[in-house]
Formats: sequence, C-alpha cells, structure tokens
Amino acid sequence: MDERNITFMFYGLAVAWGLLALYAVLLGLRERNLTKQLDTLKRMIEEKK
Amino acid sequence: MRTKVILALGAIGLPLLLRNLYVIMFLVPDDLEQGPVYRIFYYHLPAFLVAMCGYITAMAASVLYLVKRDQKYDTIAVAATETALAFAAVNLITGMIWGRISWGIWWAWDARLTWALISWLVYFGYLMLRNAIDDPTERAKNTAVYSIFASASVAVTWKAIEWWRTQHPGPVLSIRTGGVQRIDPAMENMLYINTLALLLLGAIFLLVRLRQEEVQREIDGLRRYAHALN
Repeated sequence: MDERNITFMFYGLAVAWGLLALYAVLLGLRERNLTKQLDTLKRMIEEKK
Repeated sequence: MRTKVILALGAIGLPLLLRNLYVIMFLVPDDLEQGPVYRIFYYHLPAFLVAMCGYITAMAASVLYLVKRDQKYDTIAVAATETALAFAAVNLITGMIWGRISWGIWWAWDARLTWALISWLVYFGYLMLRNAIDDPTERAKNTAVYSIFASASVAVTWKAIEWWRTQHPGPVLSIRTGGVQRIDPAMENMLYINTLALLLLGAIFLLVRLRQEEVQREIDGLRRYAHALN
C-alpha cells in the first residue's frame, strides 16, 4: 500500500478530531466572554442602584 | 442540573471516543481495496448522521416555535443548527481527503457532495440571518420560517445517493438497504459505535450552546434594564 494512503488516513483523522476540538475551544472562549459580560453588567447595575 | 447532564455525557462520551480511536487506528483491519485510508469513513459517516440529527432538531424546534411562540424553541433551533454545522464541516472535509486518494480528486460536483455543501451554506446563511435581525421576536419568527424551508435541502441531501447514482458510494448501512449487507458486519458495528460517541459529543455541544444562548438573552435583558436606569 503506498505511503500516501496512510498519510491521508492521518490527515482525515486529524481533521475530524481537530475540527471538533476547535469548535469545543470556540465554545469555551464564548462561554468565558459571556460570563465576563454578565458579571460586568450585574456589577454596573448594582453600582447604579 | 444541566451541568450535571453535560458532565455525565462527557464521562461516557469522551472515553468512548478515545476507545473508538484506538480500535479504528490499531484493531480494525485494512480494507482490501482501499487500504488504511478507508478508516476516515468511521468519522465521515457518523459526522454526517449527527449533522442530520442536528438539522432535523432545528427544523422540529422551528415548527414548535411557530406553533407555541416560546423562545425556548428558538434557542434549541440555533444551538442545534450550529452544532450540526460543526459536524457537517467534519463530514465534508474528511470526505474530500478520502476522495483525494480514492477518486484522485479533492472534489466532484456529484449529487450528494453538492447537496451536502448546499445544506451547509444554507444553514450558515441561517446563522448570518440571525445576526442581521435585532428584534428577538422578529429574528425568531423569520429564522424559524427560514429553517423549515432549509430542511428541504436536508431531505434532498439524504436521498441524493438513492435518487442520483453518481460518484458518491450508495447507501451501505443495512438500516438503509433493507437489511442487505453491503459492508462487513464488524465495520458496520464500529460505525454505529462511533456514531453513538459523536452523538454524545454533539449532545454536549448542544447543551453548552443552549446555556450560552440563555446567558446571551439574560445579558440582552440586563442591557435594556441598565439603559432604562440611565
């Protein structure tokens, strides 16, 4: 079996795992950003009250 | 409660994903004709099935939103759409890598490939449309209608390998071939097991996205409140 066949198998598996991991990281970053925004807003409202 | 469900799904799904990776890499034999590259198929097809589940969930949630006018269903629709797009991207790109070796080309304007790409673009358009509408009620109503129309492309994508016999392989799972065995039963079992693992991962993504949409709504509400305090 030619070497390219094995190389492309690794590319395929790496892309599958890589894309899902990238999406998980993006979700994590968005979560952190939203939590920060929520905390800032709550603090701001408390100060205004 | 939702955090506990996410952790429970992760506790089952992540070890299963790692176990499947080990089995796919080291235990399953090479395909006689295709060689090792066929192992991509263990991610390509399950990712497609998870994406289909996401698109259908989005469609069902959109119908429920229009019937009940409950924001909860709009939240489910957007979370399911985004999750489906992530898995559909895995499906499309792994298919291209497999095609480069098996067909000698990265892409063919074959019926299934073309419709899978159209579906991806149509649902990406759904997310763009959401960003373009500011009013939450208008946004939910318009995008629900859009999502229901978009689901037609999902039905065509699903049936494309039966309606048009072009380059993409036809159905291989026995649940779609009426029990006819087109691949080795061991391969088919591995496909189902990895579909389960990716479904669990998809459910985690969906629940996290649901929580984020709810937090975003809370932020929008607090912004309006803060504005009224000025």
